[in-house]
Amino acid sequence: MRKFDTNVQHLKYTVLREVARSAFQNDLHHAVYSIPQKIVAGPKATMRCCIYKERAIVGERINLAMGGNPENPNVIEVLDVACDECPVGGYEVSDACRGCIAHRCEDVCRLGAISFDASQKAVIDKDKCVECGKCASVCPFSAIKNYKRPCQNSCKVKAISMDEDKKAMIDNSKCISCGACVYQCPFGAIMDKSYIVDVVDMIKNSENNKNFKLYAVIAPSISSQFSDAQLGQVVSGIKKLGFHTVVEAALGADMVASMEAEELVEKGFLTSSCCPAFVDYIKKQFPTLVPHISHNLSPMTVIAKHIKKTDPSARVVFMGPCTAKKMEMQRPEVAPYIDSVITFEELQALIDSKDIDLASLPMDTLDNASYYGRIFARSGGLTEAVKEALAEKNITDFDLKPIACDGIEACRTALLKASKNVLPNNFIEGMACVGGCIGGAGCLTHGERNKNEVDNYGKEAMEKTIATAIAPYMSINRK
Amino acid sequence: MNIYICVGSSCHIKGSYDIIQLMKEAVETHQLEDKVNLSAAFCLGHCTDGVTVKIDEDLICGVSKDTFSDFFDNYVLARLS
Repeated sequence: MRKFDTNVQHLKYTVLREVARSAFQNDLHHAVYSIPQKIVAGPKATMRCCIYKERAIVGERINLAMGGNPENPNVIEVLDVACDECPVGGYEVSDACRGCIAHRCEDVCRLGAISFDASQKAVIDKDKCVECGKCASVCPFSAIKNYKRPCQNSCKVKAISMDEDKKAMIDNSKCISCGACVYQCPFGAIMDKSYIVDVVDMIKNSENNKNFKLYAVIAPSISSQFSDAQLGQVVSGIKKLGFHTVVEAALGADMVASMEAEELVEKGFLTSSCCPAFVDYIKKQFPTLVPHISHNLSPMTVIAKHIKKTDPSARVVFMGPCTAKKMEMQRPEVAPYIDSVITFEELQALIDSKDIDLASLPMDTLDNASYYGRIFARSGGLTEAVKEALAEKNITDFDLKPIACDGIEACRTALLKASKNVLPNNFIEGMACVGGCIGGAGCLTHGERNKNEVDNYGKEAMEKTIATAIAPYMSINRK
Repeated sequence: MNIYICVGSSCHIKGSYDIIQLMKEAVETHQLEDKVNLSAAFCLGHCTDGVTVKIDEDLICGVSKDTFSDFFDNYVLARLS
């Protein structure tokens, strides 16, 4: 069964798996030379002009798999040698233009950017064009094409530009580490830094949880990810890797929903704080709205804090769909609780680096959170949970007017209105990825059915309310 | 005395929360608040044996609503007296 959406993801995964394997075998110093030869065996090139370039790219990928450039604070990096310097012209008329007489392109262009040459073919005046794309949408021959780079297209915060060598360049002052470009670049030339080697080191140093216990916190979007194994088998697999136990981040989400409902009533207007890329976006683009960001830590951090309260020597690794969590874990209020973050891609690489066959493992149990905590994984889930928390707390005199925004464009629209005091809503659920966390860049697969799988996973929860899910932790461990 | 009640997934679905409630009531009834430090633990590593409770360094498995009062007498009261 196919694990990944694209060959780019598969290449990324293969490098991560081999780096993890070498780290487990204490052979990392040698890996830098042996892995490129192993992955690009040759003699014929299959991806680039020659095997030497392919190996050089694998070499850069190994560098990122081992933590990347320490000088660069961003967790998202461009692999210069892999960037194919795609065309950057924007909307252009191709040879498919037949020089027809309808001139729909000319009619639709309000800026008068379209004229016709001696052979009646359309020409776009780039000084007038604003790249709206209307001409392309009306051409009966589909002759107008957008030659914008996929990375730039995917980046809704406009953090990507070209350097003088036409290589992609990320503006760290705008980048929110959402990873959209990582997933969208067809050459795999942008990658999130990996801390997989740190995780391997933790597994080794814990010596089977003797020296300290290693806890895996998994995001609820995992329910849509491992198509060749049951979730219970994935839990077994994580324990087999050397983790003491697996805890649902969704339980942290239940706690967040409960606290967020109270904070909302108190403040009257709130934006959610679960999605680190959304929070970063507000900080960078809408600084006047910062006081309205919920003061809650994210579900990942809330549950990790609880784990460390019960076991102060614990080490906690978050496993999720998200590249921005790698940025979140560096924030001073999060760093004490989260020891490392890996994506589902990296989890798959770790499992396979130890040759663990998930499908052959027994089913383990994972059941702490409620339906509401689990549906945080998809857009609208957080809003439903806050609504439920208000109802469970018998708060009836607060009129919840939520808006659930998925994708930065939807978030921007709501935040713009909020910044001008014309937003009719009093709660913004903001998720940087389209669809919510199930659309995250670190997912193995992205698809329509993933939302249903998250909902089904939610319905399987033993706890039917937020209050009963969090009761054990609220009644003790409060000190 | 430090008492940890396992709230890992397996124990949770077998009723850790009931044990937490019974424990809190029993501690109150016997006025042991100053002597007992009650906390939850994420997995004590005995996932197939029913709800597990750790008292100082000892693990007691298979605690249930039905056996709770015997368990409390034998492991908590007896040790504190």
